[in-house]
Amino acid sequence: MSDVKVLTARWGKKDSHTLASYKADGGYGALEKALSMPQPGIVEEVKISNLRGRGGAGFATGLKWTFLPKDIRPRYLCVNADESEPGTFKDRYIIENDPHMLLEGIAITCYALDIHLAYIYIRGEFPKQAAALEQALAEAREAGIIGKKLMGKDFDLEVHVHRGAGAYICGEESALMESLEGKKGYPRLKPPFPAVVGLWGKPTIINNVETLANVPWIVKHGGAAFAALGTGKSGGTRLFGVSGNVKRPGIYEKPVHYNLKKLIMEDCGGTASGRPVKAVIPGGSSSPVLRGDEIDVSLEFDAIKAAGTMSGSGGVIVMDDSVCMVRVLSRVTKFYAEESCGQCTPCREGTPWMESLCEKIEHGHGVPGDADKLLDMANHIGGFTICALGDAASMPVQSFVKKFKDDFERHIAEHRCPFGEGAWGVSQDSREAVIGGMRA
Amino acid sequence: MRSLAERDPGTPAARSDRTVSLQIDGLPVQVPAGTSLLRAAVLAGVSIPKLCATEALAPFGSCRLCLVEVEGKKGFPASCTTPAEEGMRVRTQSDALARLRRGVLELYLTDHPLDCLTCSANGNCELQAVAGTVGLREVRYGTSGQSHQGAAGDDSNPYFAFDPSRCVVCSRCVRACEEQQGSFALTIEGRGFASRVSPGPGGRFLGSECVSCGACVTACPTAALAEKSLVALGQPQRRVATTCGYCGVGCGFEAEVQGERVVRMLPSREAQANLGHACVKGRFAWGYATHPDRITRPMIRARTSDPWREVSWEEAIGHAAAELRRIQAGHGRGSIGAIVSSRCTNEEDWLVQKLVRTAFGNNNVDTCARVCHAPTGYGLGQTLGTSAGTQTFASVEQADVVLLIGANPTDAHPVFASRLKRRLREGARLVVVDPRAIELVRAPHVRADYHLQLRPGTNVAVLTALAHVVVTEGLAATRFVAERCEPGAFEIWREFVARPEHAPEALEPVTGVPAALVRGAARLYATGGNAAIYYGLGVTEHSQGSTAVIAIANLAMATGNVGREGVGVNPLRGQNNVQGSCDMGSFPHELPGYRHVSDAAVRGSFEADWGVRLDPEPGLRIPNMMDAALDGSFRGLYCQGEDPVQSEPDTRHVIEALQAMECVIVQDLFLSETSRWAHVFLPGASFLEKDGTFTNAERRISRVRRVMAPLCGKADWEVTAALSAALGHPMPYRHPSEIMEEIARLTPTFAGVSYAKLDRLGSLQWPCNAAAPEGTPTMHVGGFVRGKGRFLPTAYVPTPERTTPRFPLLLTTGRILSQYNVGAQTRRTENLRFCGEDLLEIHPQDAADRRVADGDLVSLTSRSGEAVLRAHLTERVQPGVVYATFHFPETGANVTTTENSDWATNCPEYKVTAVQVARAAGRSAWQREREAMLRSPAGEAP
Repeated sequence: MSDVKVLTARWGKKDSHTLASYKADGGYGALEKALSMPQPGIVEEVKISNLRGRGGAGFATGLKWTFLPKDIRPRYLCVNADESEPGTFKDRYIIENDPHMLLEGIAITCYALDIHLAYIYIRGEFPKQAAALEQALAEAREAGIIGKKLMGKDFDLEVHVHRGAGAYICGEESALMESLEGKKGYPRLKPPFPAVVGLWGKPTIINNVETLANVPWIVKHGGAAFAALGTGKSGGTRLFGVSGNVKRPGIYEKPVHYNLKKLIMEDCGGTASGRPVKAVIPGGSSSPVLRGDEIDVSLEFDAIKAAGTMSGSGGVIVMDDSVCMVRVLSRVTKFYAEESCGQCTPCREGTPWMESLCEKIEHGHGVPGDADKLLDMANHIGGFTICALGDAASMPVQSFVKKFKDDFERHIAEHRCPFGEGAWGVSQDSREAVIGGMRA
Repeated sequence: MRSLAERDPGTPAARSDRTVSLQIDGLPVQVPAGTSLLRAAVLAGVSIPKLCATEALAPFGSCRLCLVEVEGKKGFPASCTTPAEEGMRVRTQSDALARLRRGVLELYLTDHPLDCLTCSANGNCELQAVAGTVGLREVRYGTSGQSHQGAAGDDSNPYFAFDPSRCVVCSRCVRACEEQQGSFALTIEGRGFASRVSPGPGGRFLGSECVSCGACVTACPTAALAEKSLVALGQPQRRVATTCGYCGVGCGFEAEVQGERVVRMLPSREAQANLGHACVKGRFAWGYATHPDRITRPMIRARTSDPWREVSWEEAIGHAAAELRRIQAGHGRGSIGAIVSSRCTNEEDWLVQKLVRTAFGNNNVDTCARVCHAPTGYGLGQTLGTSAGTQTFASVEQADVVLLIGANPTDAHPVFASRLKRRLREGARLVVVDPRAIELVRAPHVRADYHLQLRPGTNVAVLTALAHVVVTEGLAATRFVAERCEPGAFEIWREFVARPEHAPEALEPVTGVPAALVRGAARLYATGGNAAIYYGLGVTEHSQGSTAVIAIANLAMATGNVGREGVGVNPLRGQNNVQGSCDMGSFPHELPGYRHVSDAAVRGSFEADWGVRLDPEPGLRIPNMMDAALDGSFRGLYCQGEDPVQSEPDTRHVIEALQAMECVIVQDLFLSETSRWAHVFLPGASFLEKDGTFTNAERRISRVRRVMAPLCGKADWEVTAALSAALGHPMPYRHPSEIMEEIARLTPTFAGVSYAKLDRLGSLQWPCNAAAPEGTPTMHVGGFVRGKGRFLPTAYVPTPERTTPRFPLLLTTGRILSQYNVGAQTRRTENLRFCGEDLLEIHPQDAADRRVADGDLVSLTSRSGEAVLRAHLTERVQPGVVYATFHFPETGANVTTTENSDWATNCPEYKVTAVQVARAAGRSAWQREREAMLRSPAGEAP
């Protein structure tokens, strides 16, 4: 399997975030190349590249771009930097380590799609990263790369950084647009999809940070080369953020179809505790959990889907056999109850009930039948709400209860947590963990 | 919420010419493309459980109860947000759907007080109804979870209560506030389970941006938002369709009643004037009808200094008739007259002018239109050929540019304003011509493209400057003008407006409006697509009111903006039936249908029907009556539903005139300022107490239906008929429908109107006759009523009312949302909580010059007189301009206004008075005199 680094090649270099460093490594060369290409040609390369969205859904990026109606202007680009899914911590490092790569991706995308205004919507809890983006933007403007003339070409491009205010739901693409418009972050009904009716009612492309960061490489090396890094209908590499009970947690850039078990056991060195892997959440907290014996699976979008889960945002959370799955689910349900926007009834009313029932079981107050009741609650939410938060809230419940039913039943039978206090596995400083990962 | 008995298709009707056929639960149905499955189902006779959907609002898709199955499609789409497609086969009931709906309902009920029997919505609650349909038998989760039970409510609004524990977070209230009312006062605060309906940061409705239109209350599916009257009285037993008695929008309402007691007034969805929307006055401020101040027995007195004496109807009518005859015997046939009320019905107005023309034997009849839209009648009559607005309200939905002149619809015509705001939010452009920064200059999601903030009194200069730009920049619709207007008159006008002295630059020193803004506004109006003009009393109540109306008509004709949907010239009429009172011939020079009294043929038709000879000479206008009273030639007045002492300008002059009369007969709901100078008081009946019709600003004739018996025993029309009979001219009508038959018989534009047709069609816009049996929504289609449109030059002549060192400010007057004109009704409702006194708006700079602080009592003086009221510092007014309301008689705002009036119609110049403002130590002399009089025995009701 290839060892090509599309995204992290420059990470760890001194001053990698600066324009000078980026240009010294050939940065903005892809933009220059793109500006000499016919615009549909760029889109074609992205289609050939088999680049799929890195935000979680894995939708084909080039295909999404073709959904823009031909004759409506203006069009907008929204860059989703509202990285909020628990277990996910990749985009922030792209922004910290190589913000110009993202800006170059944005500039190429805007040029290719005839977009003159892009918004980077970044979560409010990322003040440092927002500042890094502003600084990079200032450098790029100063250098005449972004602004009235895109690298001297007669193409006006403005990029705004917009900070969110602390709502997970604003990472949902339509809620993100509502928030950008100054409204409450309620997801919109779809259709119409953003590519047709998006920001300010105009056609809008929304892409994740990591997705766009791949674009310069694709332009530089060609879509076919990117596709060749992956497999089937998925091209390129991905950033996998591994956390939890592993020896070497952190960000790993691997081909999209990398094996999950290999990632955990070889690259990350297995569990830090040395105990067996009990469970893995493979793609951010909303993705259905896998048992330790189910992790020998490709992380490629379609392959892992066949295994009943998803690689989502690439946030891999590893737990050893000392972990209480009821307790974990309690925390996960609490998160989604806290972050439900409140628009749809099943999610607004159902997520707090899942949380409280989970806690009840966790603390030994559950009664026989509660696990099934919990499952039934989740079955009434997932698939029945306007946006995917209802799914995100119910998939963990469904998979935890199904795959670790014994944990739940023991809590109920023993009227206590059989794992005792401190059943969290190892605790670590996530920042240190990631630096470790970067070395890997 | 609305009555469950009303069919609610859940989503708005789709506008499409294409129809699609589908099957719902096996029933075939055809609907316009774009129709939701929910609506299609209701049209097919299938009801789907729902909570967040209602016809008035765009689909929201949040309650997840209306899920359905569509053959060949995965999952369970929400029927409210899924459009019907050709050939679809939809199932609304299945075991899976039943389980899902029960699951959702179960979640609702875990957080809902299950005290239905004592809930105000009991029997009319959508949650209750859905629960009944869905068949949930158990709430498995218990009630141990988080809950909103016991959450603090908000009773601050005088008319409705908010109880969050009953809220199902459907957002219907929030969406109604946004989509229907356009106030954006409500939001869902917090998120997830903590979501809570909130009227902004203060958390209380009163004092928030809420305008109490009641749309949220109407939209609420439970008792979370409920009318306090409904909470107090319980669910209504029956409903009566009627028409609001406040402004000229003429909203249709369902009066919901128990016995003869009104439980609430609910805006009618079928009524074309308002389409289910309302404002705080019509929706809530109807309690005056049963206020203890109501006078319910006739009263007479010999002198106005005497106390009132209650008498029988026979004695009161007999006394009034005898006095009128005595005066005529002594001072001639023309020594008496009447004022027709724009608040009464068409039928009642018809009878009063008939009484004057037959029993009085003269034409001394006038109406309050004299002080509002008489210049509209004149100006539009001269140019277009008819005395009324050219459009329906719905026309605004096709307008691309709206030119709003001298009107403040969000206060004075709120329901139309909401429709206008909706169109503006859709992207229509707006030009505001007003001395004040009215709300529409900058409202939520609405901003005027141009605000021409002119000096009061310079409308004609601004309008001519706009025309100058149109003509000199080649923006005139020459083909339209060539085809439809008098060519000679156009040429004269074109040469006139093109003169350099009419250029915006030349007029800027006069109007105070930067020329560039005038040019921009003119270009927008002339080239922005369908351009519609809406105007109000800020145009008419000037010494050049008629000229300004003519200038408006010129502008519309010159740009081809007449005769189709989306354009036109639209006077926003002030009172519920001011259009009707004008139509009914309440003018001294015109018989019904705007036909001059000197026209022998027209007179002949009335003479044949009425069996009397009619006076061919025009009678006296209201100001003429007052002047004639002072010179001794006019001594008797029958004044129905009008309070000229408070509403006419120059109060002292009016009082002196009334004092000079020998018999003043006032017919009203309450003792009024005018009744202080009356000799006979005939109790009136409110709009809830009688049958009849009102005609609104779009010429729409709508039925008024009796909800309760007249408190005084007689409807106003019966009183007029009795007076006529006592004067020897019997009016043997058994019902107002018989009066309408007479109106139709004698008035060509009403020839096709009947109560039967009104009952069938809901309303009719005149002209309604053989050529247009179902009425005429848009006028001047294909040609002007007068034949060819006529341009008239509009030379600007400054008003004689000018600022001087002694009176350096200009006063303009107007009204506000919560109070209505002289306030006789609204002052007797809880609307006092929103506004309890007249305020003088003054710019902070002018205030600082006078050491006036916000809330100070200030003296407002003009050459006519003085009023003392409280100052409100605001930048809504420009420096040099002050603004006052005239709702409260104790203020006497009109003591300061002057005798100046429109050159053509005598419409008073309320909008320009030179004044001075200074801090005041106490009430004015006039105010003290008035208070003393009210304390005397003559001032009290018996």
